[in-house]
Amino acid sequence: MFLINCPWCGQREQAEFSCHGQAHIVRPKNPNDLSDEQWGDYVFFRDNPKGIHYERWVHVHGCRRWFNAVRNTVTDELLVTYKPSESAPELEN
Amino acid sequence: MSQKNRIAQGGRIDRQQLLRFSFDGRELSGYAGDTLASALLANDVQLVGRSFKYHRPRGIFSAGAEEPNALVQLGEGAYCEPNIRATQLELYQGLAATSQNRWPNLRFDIAAINSFISRLIPAGFYYKTFMWPASWWMTYEHWIRKTAGLGKSPSQPDPDRYEQRHAHCDVLVVGAGPAGLAAALVAGRAGARVILADEQSEFGGALLSGEKDIDGAPATKWASDVQQELAQNDQVTLLRRTTVTGYFDYNYLVALERITDHEPSGTDPHLPRQRLWKIRAKQVVLATGAIERPLVFADNDRPGVMLASAARTYIKRYAVLPASSLVVFTNNDSAYQTALDVKECGAQVSIVDIRTNPKGELIDRAQHENIMIYRGCAVTGVNYRGRLRSVEVMRLYEDGSAVSKSSKTNIECGVVATSGGWTPTVHLHSQARGSLAFNERIAAFVPGEGVRINPHLSVGACNGIFELSRCLKDGLDAGSTAAKAAGFGSVSIPVPRVDDAVQGDLRTLWAIPCKHPIGRGRKKHFHELHNDATVEDLYLAVREGFGAVEHLKRYTTTGMGTDQGKTSNLNALGVLSEIRGEPLQAIGTTTFRPPYTPLTFGAVVGQNRRDLFLQKRKTPMHPWHDQNGAIYEDVGDWKRPRFFPQGGEDMDAAVQRECKAVREKVGILDASTLGKIDLQGKDCAWLLNMVYTNAWSKLEIGRCRYGLMLNEHGMVFDDGVTTRIDENHYHMTTTTGGAARVLTWLEEWLQTEWPEKEVYCTSVTEQWAVAAINGPAARELLSELTDIPLDSDHFPFMSMQKCTVAGVPARVFRISFTGELAFEINVPAHYGLYVWEQLIEHGRKHGICPYGTEGMHVLRAEKGFIIVGQDTDGSVTPFDLGMDWIVSKKKEDFIGRRSLSRSDTAKPGRKQLVGLLTEDPQVVLPEGTHIVAEVKDRPPMPTLGHVTSSYMSPNLGRSIAMALVYDGQNRMGQQLNLKLMDGRVVKAAVADPVFYDKEGARARG
Repeated sequence: MFLINCPWCGQREQAEFSCHGQAHIVRPKNPNDLSDEQWGDYVFFRDNPKGIHYERWVHVHGCRRWFNAVRNTVTDELLVTYKPSESAPELEN
Repeated sequence: MSQKNRIAQGGRIDRQQLLRFSFDGRELSGYAGDTLASALLANDVQLVGRSFKYHRPRGIFSAGAEEPNALVQLGEGAYCEPNIRATQLELYQGLAATSQNRWPNLRFDIAAINSFISRLIPAGFYYKTFMWPASWWMTYEHWIRKTAGLGKSPSQPDPDRYEQRHAHCDVLVVGAGPAGLAAALVAGRAGARVILADEQSEFGGALLSGEKDIDGAPATKWASDVQQELAQNDQVTLLRRTTVTGYFDYNYLVALERITDHEPSGTDPHLPRQRLWKIRAKQVVLATGAIERPLVFADNDRPGVMLASAARTYIKRYAVLPASSLVVFTNNDSAYQTALDVKECGAQVSIVDIRTNPKGELIDRAQHENIMIYRGCAVTGVNYRGRLRSVEVMRLYEDGSAVSKSSKTNIECGVVATSGGWTPTVHLHSQARGSLAFNERIAAFVPGEGVRINPHLSVGACNGIFELSRCLKDGLDAGSTAAKAAGFGSVSIPVPRVDDAVQGDLRTLWAIPCKHPIGRGRKKHFHELHNDATVEDLYLAVREGFGAVEHLKRYTTTGMGTDQGKTSNLNALGVLSEIRGEPLQAIGTTTFRPPYTPLTFGAVVGQNRRDLFLQKRKTPMHPWHDQNGAIYEDVGDWKRPRFFPQGGEDMDAAVQRECKAVREKVGILDASTLGKIDLQGKDCAWLLNMVYTNAWSKLEIGRCRYGLMLNEHGMVFDDGVTTRIDENHYHMTTTTGGAARVLTWLEEWLQTEWPEKEVYCTSVTEQWAVAAINGPAARELLSELTDIPLDSDHFPFMSMQKCTVAGVPARVFRISFTGELAFEINVPAHYGLYVWEQLIEHGRKHGICPYGTEGMHVLRAEKGFIIVGQDTDGSVTPFDLGMDWIVSKKKEDFIGRRSLSRSDTAKPGRKQLVGLLTEDPQVVLPEGTHIVAEVKDRPPMPTLGHVTSSYMSPNLGRSIAMALVYDGQNRMGQQLNLKLMDGRVVKAAVADPVFYDKEGARARG
């Protein structure tokens, strides 16, 4: 079970958190200009990498704030967490 | 008192405390400090159970957690528990145990016939035999279930109490043998918060079964000195009778503490039976020791065959000599110590060693004691008649491939103490995803690399280090390293002085040959005692293509017993490596999974049962509902009144009455559970425009509007009424079940996508109690309790007024989920019950009728109002619901908007919500019934859709239903066929889903 470093609260048990999937999915500013395929990419398609994965988490039974985390899907290691306002750290597999 | 095999002196038992117990109804006695196993052996009870598959007689094999044979049934009725390891069960006054897996009794077991037909039931027998005919499976299953398993599980609820505890520490030390004690000592001195856990009742591990000296004094004195120091350190927690059963990521470990299992039940009613510890440790030191593995020889499963280390433990720790003559059968030096201990008791002992020329201090001592040593020989059979009588010994060929039949000798003995070397207990290291490396010297796997997220060290015997002096050093080093890694200074403690005997090498021979090739003749080589798996089975598995370790395990059931193959796995892997001609490192192991030893469901559940299992949410009006006979329905975690039966009414009758009362007089509903979110900030209207399909910019203060919320797929996900309280202040309502989901939804968008927008979302569901009064008399009733004018000019439909109701400050919303004239009265939660009672009191003369969720469902269905999650299922758009009017054409964007024009979402002929009227107005369609395109005798029949809501409507005097039907909106008036589960076909016509008051005049009146 993860021990997650909430960037707002510090280290807490995984049970206090939930994961909301891939991070850094930006909602298109101009949905009406997009083709069905482009819009479909945004709505339905997500990465499924072996290794480094950027994820969105929420401290749902805590401060109720969202943050991003980088997880290695091979080792299931949560490498780093950061606030939504911060840019994604570059990490290598 | 006959404890025939009890040694006159010594041991760690308390001879002052005589304990009576029974086994299979036979009254016996032992001493405090005994286990059930040691007490049985003291009473010369060798036969303790029958094996799983062949029902062969079995005896006590080990003295610890690894026991595969001596599993007993304990207690009776609700307290009964199967598969208790007699070797770990501490004896207490009045303990009553019975043997398992035998009928009619242990000595004469009918199913022992399986042993004679064993050729017909080899490994994989079930998979091969019960394949066909398929229709017989039910018969097979009945028979298999009857024969499966060992003990009997209780059929009543568990009467015991269990606890759970969370703990944090700097250093968790698992195992309190010499290495573990040493590690805890150093870490404790360094100032770290230490937890030391050991599965036994006493700390000391192997020191309890030996008589080594440490620093010139008995090792047990060293152990008790260390314990004393640790006990005085308030940073140290000592957990006895505590097995660390699981090692999970980020150094999260689970341990089971057995608090009262060693006492008669009910000794101290204030104590829980067991406590589950959930421990987060900065650093972990694993000092879990090693388990001796047996040599696999012909008929090695007979009662009387036991591990050499177990024999030694029984002699030294429990003062029980298991038999008056023993044969030690070994491939290494350590078992010689057992022979020396037996000799010291004055009993007969000889040693059979498969090595041709063993050398070492212990061998010299055995020779000096005139113990007969059969070098280069093997036990090739045992003579068992009621009990072990003798063993057959033959000379091994030099390459170990066969034995010389002419060299046969018989040695009389009551016990064979066998040792095939020691297997480090790497379970926890492996659970922590540490790798394993095969060590040729000890012929076993030892811990390799760990992973970064689970920082731990394996020390002592579980690290492949068997000499006491090195174990102590290893423990001291690890304790210091762990404390340092956890942020404490280094402490150095000199390694205590120990004289270890220099030991020679072991000889690896995974299966010991006998006069027949393995698998021929009547003798069986069991590599796995618990599940009766033989060496022959391993050959069969490989022949049939199941030679990969994980396949082999499932095919032969090796290691799948309650002992998880603690004594057998390595021997199975060794044989497999020989069959496949590959080194063990390449063969690998099966996955080690928690728990290390079984734990009770009670401990896993802990306090979270009955009322504490799931929170019950109750509204402020709940006491009134209770007093007035409400029948409840669970909605989310809420208890909502479903209906209020009167004078023996059933649900149908009550609901019909309630629904009529609402339309004719006035009804009152507790709507407090509705989700309520308080929105404040200058961008509220902007947010509402984004999350709802309709337009919100022009909503005036004090006005309410209904909204549909879509997900980005364009599918309906919640609905509710939102009211503008003030310029930048809104009150949003959601469905009861969707309250948390919607709040999270809003917060996620605000925080991750639109952080620049200023909106504050606060859940106020529990701050407001809501009484909804519905019906023609609602206005008259409310007017008696408030001062404000309630006519439609002053208080129009879809608006909100702040006022007082029964003297209590309130927000009254004129909104309606029934289609009647309605007011939803919101008051601070603490006044909820009072205001409700006032409404009931004043409503009496108007014929007020409390109604529940079932009535609410019927009333809203009469009006064609949807319930999200009942009439929708995550694949339904507003257009599918025929709610085109609520989707703004002007707004450029809202969540889900773009998806509404995706080719699939916009295509004609999708499933659409329509009304259904059955041909026979008395037939109420079961919800979920499928509308079929073509009626056939049996499925498959192509479906046209399904019924989502269906009720008997008292106000229409007939049944009504709503359904999702392909191209439903173009089928108005069509007669469709519905196939019921009972085979009947019902005809129904597609209709407008608004069945009652289509103009909506009543709500506006």
